[in-house]
Amino acid sequence: MIDFHLDPHSGVAPYLQIVQQVRRALLLGLLAEGDRLPTVKQVVAKIAINPNTVLKAYRDLERQGLVAPRPGLGTFVTKTLAAGPPAEQEPLRRELHAWLERARDAGLTPAGVEALFHTAFRDFTEEADEATKAEEEP
Amino acid sequence: MTAIIEARGLSKRYGARPALTDCTLHIPPGHVVGLVGPNGAGKSTLLKLACGLLAPTSGSITVLGGRPGADPAQIAKVAFVAQDAPVYSGLSVADHLRLGAHLNPRWDRAFAEARVRSLGLDPKQKAGKLSGGQRAQLALTLAAGKRPDLLLLDEPVASLDPLARRDFLRHLMETVAEEGTSVVLSSHLISDLERVCDYLIVLAASRVRLVGEVEELTAAHHRIIASRRGADTLPSGLEVVAAEHSERQSTFVVRGVPEAADDWAVEPVGMEDLVLTYMEAGSAAGAGAGAGAGAETGLEATR
Repeated sequence: MIDFHLDPHSGVAPYLQIVQQVRRALLLGLLAEGDRLPTVKQVVAKIAINPNTVLKAYRDLERQGLVAPRPGLGTFVTKTLAAGPPAEQEPLRRELHAWLERARDAGLTPAGVEALFHTAFRDFTEEADEATKAEEEP
Repeated sequence: MTAIIEARGLSKRYGARPALTDCTLHIPPGHVVGLVGPNGAGKSTLLKLACGLLAPTSGSITVLGGRPGADPAQIAKVAFVAQDAPVYSGLSVADHLRLGAHLNPRWDRAFAEARVRSLGLDPKQKAGKLSGGQRAQLALTLAAGKRPDLLLLDEPVASLDPLARRDFLRHLMETVAEEGTSVVLSSHLISDLERVCDYLIVLAASRVRLVGEVEELTAAHHRIIASRRGADTLPSGLEVVAAEHSERQSTFVVRGVPEAADDWAVEPVGMEDLVLTYMEAGSAAGAGAGAGAGAETGLEATR
């Protein structure tokens, strides 16, 4: 079972924070296929948020195909989001490190690096989404 | 489904002073409603009208389809916890639960006793000797033990320390999740409301300034940051809620969705900013009204 927390100053909508925390737990291997998510009542009793917020997050995760509700039993993980074995991550991490050094040498501030990364990451995932949609169309 | 509160032109005056003016609301069930506004804006008046402790001067209000306080069935459906969570200081915790059992037809004894145990309250303890947080929890236990369809809470956490506040809200949300109870909760602590509320009413100077689902409201408002310009130069279709000008820059909070443009930036507006913007604009309009300017124009005064 995982615990959620809420950062009121993050600027991220509360339901999205829960979605992100489940995704992260899946990536980190803290949650795997077949695991049960905490019930809505457990979540609200722990972090004092509106039950509808939790329901919305769970519905969103369901739409992403990551969890599925089983009536009377709870919400269960249906997919594992493995980030790949550590051996494959290491070369990627080294490349990222080298890239960060180049960014620093080019005079980018940490905030600048973050902004650049987020923009590139968003563009990339949007392109990937569009490619998937294009494939799905008959 | 029946609205939890339906008000039409609801007004309350204390002598010549308006406490609530021309309030029209339709709040669907299943929400946790945050009621915010400066002191004296009419929050407590609205809550007391909703539970029948006050009668309107004019206009109408129905709560869960019935007239507030009209009969025992209506009273059983609505629970109200007044400001500072009043309890009987001379009575023990157990006395309070007995009182709850005798006064409320839908009393859930098992729930109330379990809650008192989980709070670690000594049943023999006099309520007057409890801490502020414990008193608030006892008052919430009585209100929730009544098993109401609607729970009205007037600044229940105002006097509590942060830990007791969080505890109170956790138990409140647990009740909402278990029972599907609708809640109207007044508070000055917008960060708390941001966690627990999905519906918002902003009152200022006795009038409703903003009402709706939090998500819809935040999606409908934007902040525009631009080089200095008048509000009249903005595209039509945008309602200007607030405008601020410095030497070179103008900042507008608008209702509507502004197109992106090269010479301005558009940002989302969070719930706290939204509340403060409407409270400020509403109070300014109210002050204008007091001086004899058009009370009916409301927010127009800030355009």
